[in-house]
Amino acid sequence: MNNEKIRNLKTHAANIRKGIIEGTYAAGSGHPGGSLSCADIMAYLYFEAMNVDVANPKMLERDRFVMSKGHCAPALYAALAEKGFFPMEDLKTLRHIDSYLQGHPNMDTVPGCDMSTGSLGQGISAAVGMAMAGKLDNMQYRVYAVLGDGELEEGQVWEAAMSAAHYKLDNLLTFVDYNGLQIDGNITEVMNPEPIADKFKAFGWNVLAVNAHNFEEIDNAVTQAKQTNNKPTVIIAHSIKGKDVSFMENEASWHGSAPNKEQKEKAIAELDALLKELGV
Amino acid sequence: MAEKIATRVAYGNALAEFGEDKNIVVLDADLSKSTKTDTFKKKYPERHFNMGIAEGNMMAVAAGMASCGKTVFASTFAMFAAGRAFEQIRNSICYPNLNVKIGATHAGITVGEDGASHQPIEDIALMRSIPNMVVISPSDAVSAFEAVKAAISHSGPVYIRLGRLDVPVIYNKESLDFKLGKGIQLTDGRDVTIIANGLMLPEAIKAQEILKEQGIEARLIDIHTIKPIDKDIIIKAAKETGAIVTAEEHNILGGLGSAVAEVVVQNSPVPIKMVGIEDKFGKSGKPAELMVRYGLTPENIVEKVMAVLAMKK
Repeated sequence: MNNEKIRNLKTHAANIRKGIIEGTYAAGSGHPGGSLSCADIMAYLYFEAMNVDVANPKMLERDRFVMSKGHCAPALYAALAEKGFFPMEDLKTLRHIDSYLQGHPNMDTVPGCDMSTGSLGQGISAAVGMAMAGKLDNMQYRVYAVLGDGELEEGQVWEAAMSAAHYKLDNLLTFVDYNGLQIDGNITEVMNPEPIADKFKAFGWNVLAVNAHNFEEIDNAVTQAKQTNNKPTVIIAHSIKGKDVSFMENEASWHGSAPNKEQKEKAIAELDALLKELGV
Repeated sequence: MAEKIATRVAYGNALAEFGEDKNIVVLDADLSKSTKTDTFKKKYPERHFNMGIAEGNMMAVAAGMASCGKTVFASTFAMFAAGRAFEQIRNSICYPNLNVKIGATHAGITVGEDGASHQPIEDIALMRSIPNMVVISPSDAVSAFEAVKAAISHSGPVYIRLGRLDVPVIYNKESLDFKLGKGIQLTDGRDVTIIANGLMLPEAIKAQEILKEQGIEARLIDIHTIKPIDKDIIIKAAKETGAIVTAEEHNILGGLGSAVAEVVVQNSPVPIKMVGIEDKFGKSGKPAELMVRYGLTPENIVEKVMAVLAMKK
């Protein structure tokens, strides 16, 4: 990846993070921590990897995305808005009555949203179904998903993992947003899902690992995944919960609580400073 | 004696019949010989997917496929469809209103020898309480075949409750007018109405004949679609006969009886008695023995008719 491309992706990621903060602040609730940790992945998917058309959100041959950790809807919505599926300004209606931006993704109301999620473990199964349908129809589209690390505690994730390998779904790529924290604390203390890489390998997956905030690493891994035949790929993305908002970083308490006005302003100022550094 | 065919057999036949539509995909959870989706598989192996013993995953995979334009039939035993995978059906299929049809076989206590763990008596209550879901409980092979056809024509989730047992063929393929959400009146009568579905319909037919011999004219209605329910036919029956008995192979809490009562009490209150499983688990035994033990016979229906007639003003 050239520097210009990386700078653009960093800019999109910062804008997505601003959208997450504005949305959760306006809602007065929601999940900023895990949304911020996957913001770079979202920027990479929507501005580098995925074939989507904002003018035709239901285009048959589009790549699909499933936010399996549906509580990180703020990251999905901010990415879709940044891409142009709907106005950024609408993020401020998040979770409000009569808003189409529900607390968890709703594919029937949100332009560009490919699957309704929220109940953990189910999105990855739906992604498997999309990949199976693509194979059946000889379509060239790819299916991307983001799993939470805590989400791996759901048994259904492993049912989905087994079926994806069984049907050789090399058109399926999932990230694990490995920020190490879930609501009740450190994932290894709450219910340790480790060894994550070994588990996916044992289930027959191609397993890669990246720094979730390094676009070159993400790009290399996705390129490698695309060259892998007969196997689904998981990219274990080591991330920082609350990334790029200083007081939210690595704090489990920001999993499911919204910033107040002062905190929102501080967060936006930090992200604006980042954008300024990028020359935006 | 009428010909006997299990509704699950008709389900498999219907899938094979309508399977030429390339959009139709069938998923099963290691039970394709029992659910009869293997009938479809023999004809269209490339569109039949075994998802293994993982019903929750199967339902959400079905949702993903449906989101890509497929008409997906997902089959397993009713216990594991409505029971184990309830939340996947609710959140991944019904909330986004996706085009998934759940072919749930081996419903009710007439599963028989396998016992209570495999005898769902709650599935209708569970499924009808989910918004967007259509719930059908066909009574014979002819209406089960038509139910599949109707489910394909309907865009959105449908739960089709099917049985293990061979049951009498009641309807004539040529004359049956099967419409989703429309009850079928089999006999007219002014004294009482019997509303039944599933394998309680043949029992209700026998009860109606016994009553006739005693000079009681019972109207008999098959409510094969429990949701959306045919309010008109129920309200009309309440007004014209003044008393209703329901008969179902399901817990009397939350099933057909409850659905009928919800319509009647809000529109034209009349006394209702319910024949069904009295809020207890089933057990192992021969299906016929279980039907006697759990009060699902024509005599039980007649008894409830007498009771409801005594309440009638």
